[in-house]
Amino acid sequence: MDPRSTFKKLLPAAAFVAALAVMPGLQSCSKTDNKAAGGSSSSALSSDAASAVYVAPGKHDEYYSFLSGGFSGQVAVYGLPSGRLLKVIPVFSQNPENGYGYNENTKPMLNTSFGFVPWDDLHHPKLSRANETTDGRWLFVNGNNTPRIARIDLKTFETVEIVEIPNSAGNHCSPYPTNNNEYVVAGTRFSVPVTAEGKLQDISLKEYKDKFRGTISFLKVDKDHGDMNLDFQIMVPGFDYDLANGGKGPSSDWIFFTSYNTEKAGTLKEVGASQNDKDYLLCVNWKLAAKYAAEGKAREIPANYAHNKMNHETNQATSTMKKTVRILLPEECPDMLYLVPVPKSPHGVDVDPSGENIVISGKLASVIPVHSFSKMQTAIKNKDYIGDINGIPVLKYESVLRAEVKEPGLGPLHTEFDGKGNAYSSMFVSSEVVKWSLKDFKVKDRIPVYYSIGHLLIPGGDTKDPSSKYLLAMNKITKDRYLPTGPELAQAGQLIDISGEKMKMLLDFPLIGEPHYAQAIAAEKIAPNSAKMYKLDANKNQYATRKEGDTKVVKNGNRIDVYMTAIRSHLTPDNIEGIEVGNEVYFHVTNLEQDWDVPHGFAVMGAQNAELLIMPGATNTFKWVPTKTGVFPFYCTDFCSALHQEMQGYARVSAKGSNVPIAFSTGEKRKAPSQP
Amino acid sequence: MSNVSKILMLLAALSLSLLFFFPMWKIYLEAPQYPEGLEMHIWVNKLGGNTEYTLQNFNILNHYIGMEKIKADSFAELKYMPYIVYFLIGSGIIIAFLNSRKLVLTWLIAVIIGGTAGLIDFYMWLVKFGTNLDPMAPIKVPGMTYIPPFLGSKQLLNFKALSLPDIGGLSIGIAILLAAIAVYIEFFYRKKTRSATDKLQTA
Repeated sequence: MDPRSTFKKLLPAAAFVAALAVMPGLQSCSKTDNKAAGGSSSSALSSDAASAVYVAPGKHDEYYSFLSGGFSGQVAVYGLPSGRLLKVIPVFSQNPENGYGYNENTKPMLNTSFGFVPWDDLHHPKLSRANETTDGRWLFVNGNNTPRIARIDLKTFETVEIVEIPNSAGNHCSPYPTNNNEYVVAGTRFSVPVTAEGKLQDISLKEYKDKFRGTISFLKVDKDHGDMNLDFQIMVPGFDYDLANGGKGPSSDWIFFTSYNTEKAGTLKEVGASQNDKDYLLCVNWKLAAKYAAEGKAREIPANYAHNKMNHETNQATSTMKKTVRILLPEECPDMLYLVPVPKSPHGVDVDPSGENIVISGKLASVIPVHSFSKMQTAIKNKDYIGDINGIPVLKYESVLRAEVKEPGLGPLHTEFDGKGNAYSSMFVSSEVVKWSLKDFKVKDRIPVYYSIGHLLIPGGDTKDPSSKYLLAMNKITKDRYLPTGPELAQAGQLIDISGEKMKMLLDFPLIGEPHYAQAIAAEKIAPNSAKMYKLDANKNQYATRKEGDTKVVKNGNRIDVYMTAIRSHLTPDNIEGIEVGNEVYFHVTNLEQDWDVPHGFAVMGAQNAELLIMPGATNTFKWVPTKTGVFPFYCTDFCSALHQEMQGYARVSAKGSNVPIAFSTGEKRKAPSQP
Repeated sequence: MSNVSKILMLLAALSLSLLFFFPMWKIYLEAPQYPEGLEMHIWVNKLGGNTEYTLQNFNILNHYIGMEKIKADSFAELKYMPYIVYFLIGSGIIIAFLNSRKLVLTWLIAVIIGGTAGLIDFYMWLVKFGTNLDPMAPIKVPGMTYIPPFLGSKQLLNFKALSLPDIGGLSIGIAILLAAIAVYIEFFYRKKTRSATDKLQTA
């Protein structure tokens, strides 16, 4: 029997409409409750909320939080509880602020099989793990649009690696680490007509149901250095894979993916993908998959994807095109994959700190089902199946279900946990955070958020060691919450105190881009390791100039290399002649400073480029192709010292073929003016 | 010479070896934009700081007022001072095993002369760096000199400078003190007790 038709009969789509009609009544009741508890509106904020988030000038926050920038392609780092913005880290987007993706050093980071792609939609940050908890070494993030996974080094807060994911599209359920960071996984949201031979077909869109497939990719992470390597992929049915999370404790060997559009609609998915009453949770035994791959069950197929790495010794990124990938087919790998029915169109799948409860937040569902890992194991043992899809057994909903959280609110999206046996679910439609107990699965408290919350975060809330102090709600809509800024408004973070019985709203602050998900970690796991500068002695960049005496200008055909140094408060050389229109001029600027927080900038008038922002001890390269003759000032763009304004120079550009000899200098020795 | 004096003499000689493990003098700089502080360390044989880049950063800051670059090569003292210290340590150890209070006194005087000469030399360098300024300097404050404090603190534009001897420098004082006690015992205390015993014997 086709399980999907059963579900259609069981829970007609009309049930959701009915829920919509009933829930507002429930909401208004709960809102009244909350007002009494003093947590639902700004006027009811108690004065201690201000002191709870006040971090005195010069003092540090307790947590770092890393919020995805969504369509900004960046990661924003905020301190918690203050909500102060500490840094914006460019990952998939060019960043004129520091030249990332513009300078010659970082351009290769944005290379893909499609060519140079200077933007992406960055959704999910995940911190690296050791001993089953966050270790503060790296942050993994995904690019959804052009499937990529990036790694940020938390010593330097810089993007150091980007791997393109082949045979995928809409890299959404990504990058989810296994419990000890053995793998980071990535899945397909927009299934595509990819063949088992790794060919993306040019076929009629009407063939969606038969020809479209998804893949789940496993990137192995080097324990010591964090380097990623696409180990293998699993080809899966052509659903939309939405979010994932690894198991922990007893479920450590497993990783779970929510899926929707199990109808395999290829158009108007808004309707087409919402017809089945149940979609599936894809459960992957990754340990077994890795074993199959190691045993040679994975077949090597042609592929073409970019693997980009930043080398901190040379401060130079390189991009390598990889030509093959190994793929596992589920029909050849028994016991590796199982499907568990879940209420339709699920979003988050979250495993509680014990590793036993698997919470599925179905954004169109009227309950939050909690599946049991141990019941799932029993069902697998008893072969308690209701069918199979592409050879993947489908378990029975009731056999795996532990409990359903009734009347949680509308549009549950995502759940995290505290350290006291409670779960907190975000409700997109009813704009609230709902606290419920993992003991009796009953709702304990609810607090409105402004407005339309997507994900939420509790520091460590996705690990076995969650904090029980703060929750950050990330809201998609702000409307009247801040001073208006025209039609385009910021999205919002709202910090909620979860230390007591009742949740309390503490702080509301605007965010950059769209925060899809975020991670937070105790500051002491990162702050002591934060680099202050690069060592000039260890600078292995091929264009590095370690002292002013070594600066030079070298012309070779149409190419001119300027070996320049920057130190408070001059550039060497600062007078350059002999450049001609159309020459490719490369300024290799080394910042000779070895002091904390003394970057120098570099910009040239008319350059069709961004600036350089060079950290102490580093060398960055700026390409300039002058388009007209004249004298072009260049200068330091970062206010470095009292004589920063004087830190400037001139490049003379002559007509093509004018043969002005190359000449360069800084500060000719002049006699001191005689004293009157 | 009494055993106590011998031990004191030995300790005095050995204490000078601290000069090779700790700076003689430290100059601390504090400024609003240097919350972490800057420390220049003057050793018997080298110049250093609280980080390996301190000297470079001192020089970057000083070049605005036209101060000459501070670098180890400019100081011949750093090359020959260690030999003087080696000699004082070696001779001190030998004297500790010889029965000559006159040699102890000679050694004490040598250390006092060496130490004082060092202090005078240090002061002269401070004056030289603080006053010998490049007339082309970007920052010129009429009448202002930048002699760092010899001992104690002084405000120099945005920097508050504090100058204090460190363990290496203090070890010279310790050596002088220990040797001086030995000299006192041998020349005054023991003399008195000896003459007292003489009297007792004659009586």
